[in-house]
Amino acid sequence: MRVSLFIPCFIDQLTPQVGMATVKVLKKLGQEVEFIPAQTCCGQPSYNSGQWEIAKEGAIRALEIFKDAEVVVGPSGSCVAMIKKFYPELLHGTKYEQEAKKLSQRTFEFSDFIVSQLKVTDIGAKLNKKVTYHDGCHALRELRLKEEPRKLLRAVKGLELIETEEAESCCGFGGLFSVKFPMISTAMAEVKAGALARTGADYIVSSDPSCLLQIGGWLSREGKVIRPLHISELLAMGIDHV
Amino acid sequence: MSDSKSIFIKESTLTSADGDQRQFIRTALGGYYKNRDLYKARYRDWELARDAASLAKWSAVNNLAEVLEKFVAKFESNGGKVHWARDAAEARKIILDLLAQANAKAVIKSKCMTTEEIHLNDALEKAGFGVVESDLGEFIQQLRGEAPYHFVFPCMHLKREAISELFTKHLGTAPTDSPEELTMIARRHLRKLYITADVGITGANFLVADTGQISITENEGNARLTAAMPRVHIALSGIEKVINTIDDLTVLLPMLATAGAGQPMTCYNTLYSGPKKPGECDGPEEFHLVLLDNARTQLLADPEQRDALHCIRCGACLNVCPIFKNIGGHAYGTTYQGPIGSVITPHLRGLKDWNHLSGASSLCGACTDACPVRIDLHHHLLHNRRNAVKVVPNLFDRVFHGAFNFVIQRPKLFSIGGIVFRKTFGLLKYIPVPYLGTWLKSRDLPVMPQKSFREQWKDSNHV
Repeated sequence: MRVSLFIPCFIDQLTPQVGMATVKVLKKLGQEVEFIPAQTCCGQPSYNSGQWEIAKEGAIRALEIFKDAEVVVGPSGSCVAMIKKFYPELLHGTKYEQEAKKLSQRTFEFSDFIVSQLKVTDIGAKLNKKVTYHDGCHALRELRLKEEPRKLLRAVKGLELIETEEAESCCGFGGLFSVKFPMISTAMAEVKAGALARTGADYIVSSDPSCLLQIGGWLSREGKVIRPLHISELLAMGIDHV
Repeated sequence: MSDSKSIFIKESTLTSADGDQRQFIRTALGGYYKNRDLYKARYRDWELARDAASLAKWSAVNNLAEVLEKFVAKFESNGGKVHWARDAAEARKIILDLLAQANAKAVIKSKCMTTEEIHLNDALEKAGFGVVESDLGEFIQQLRGEAPYHFVFPCMHLKREAISELFTKHLGTAPTDSPEELTMIARRHLRKLYITADVGITGANFLVADTGQISITENEGNARLTAAMPRVHIALSGIEKVINTIDDLTVLLPMLATAGAGQPMTCYNTLYSGPKKPGECDGPEEFHLVLLDNARTQLLADPEQRDALHCIRCGACLNVCPIFKNIGGHAYGTTYQGPIGSVITPHLRGLKDWNHLSGASSLCGACTDACPVRIDLHHHLLHNRRNAVKVVPNLFDRVFHGAFNFVIQRPKLFSIGGIVFRKTFGLLKYIPVPYLGTWLKSRDLPVMPQKSFREQWKDSNHV
């Protein structure tokens, strides 16, 4: 399959290693990978701030960029949810509605794509580490992805997955919420990241790099040793260890 | 900035920084989670039950005028009297007039959030009526002179010692740390008040159209005494509480108990069918029902958010909300706290002054998943944000998102902007840049990469 990468803006600029790891894993699975450099941001910050007219421009632009893509795969539950769930709502009743629905159907979050589309759970990775998983809210509650990333993690040889009661709690990022209501957001990070840190795991893994920005940002400030890692990074590391 | 917003920012900043109180609320909710899951597991299919509960409310709310008429005709044929109130002021006036007609001196009340919504107790006290809350939690809050912290668990923020001290101060009782003894103190105090009260005021959980009854759910039996002992019973209810048939209660009552309080059923579920009839020895002589609109019809007129009227006030959305758990109930400054409060308060009290509550959410969606009647809560927060842009233009937001959009429409500019940001981050972090500076007060950013993904992709000869 020819996979067109959807690399969200902050991954592009702040955590490019997530994008590179995504490429590595998809290639390992025999996929032809392309990246269209005209893409920038999906428009979610404006959408979530109520600026739907502005967000529409970003959505229409994305429809044009990905119009010839066979499938679009992105390593972010949140930004994929924007395309998959919110573009159709945003463009409802406009001439772009049908196109938005079509793009929605062929866009997938990274772990979902591997498990539900490629039907692969064991990508042939090995890593002797302990990890705990953070369910990003958009992946969990908008895309209903819970088992997909866990199937991939459980198939990594030597990896131990430690579940916590707080796995499904929000990390408090919420895009601009994190800077519009910084105290509430930080309190949420403290509860979430604190619980994950107490597992004694080596890594906090998630399919959402924006949550990891928040969780990692708090952990780093508090001087905790546990490190955030996107699932693609973990799998790429596991490929190297085989 | 509106007053309500600046108060919210101040209060929520203070309370979210109070780690001890946050932990206390989490511990208090721990037992609820355990029991809720236990009793949810008793349902053959909880999701199907949610569909059924949602449908029961949907079919009444989407046919509200007709179902209400049917209910009122039946309720009045049972001997009750209905009073229509357009808003809070009308509802207060109706109730004050009824009290005057009844020559009331003492009034006893059971738990009713709609009376909080219309600020009834204030009005009664100003008019010289003594009013006592008979629900234990509400009684405690009344003694404290404080609004309910949570619309189902009014005093969940209080430790036992605080309640004991409160009783010692107001009722002169000996200090105790036994919950049973604290309950008995309140019960002994309240029992005599049911007998001396002339009027009992209650709320209603459901208005049953096909039987003309009102359904009240409670754990303490105080609402039964409030409705049955005084000469006059006045119930206050929002118009959206009506349901089509008594059969709907078979799903709504257990779900209200399980979702709201982690119980299989609430202890007392009573249907009230009108005043004492000739030959009956118990019950009030008069039974009045005040039906309140107070912007509910306005919400009904909004097809996108109409399902917010399905709410059965179970409080499940508060119990799972990370915002509520971190800022607590009082910071909202509203009658209805938590996600449902953030959705409906802008409708009840104006988007201009209350939209900040819709903004104060990470949109995690835990509320929507918890709602037994499937209200699309977190998406309605987004809808409120969108609607607010038209009602209350925010210049900073407009410029910020306009500029952001200008950049993201131009990949080259975006790329250069990224390079500049990463190269100058070492300096930027010492300058109070809006948003960035706020982030850096409590969190770090990753070490800035030398090259963006697009640069690395290009370098690796993918193109």
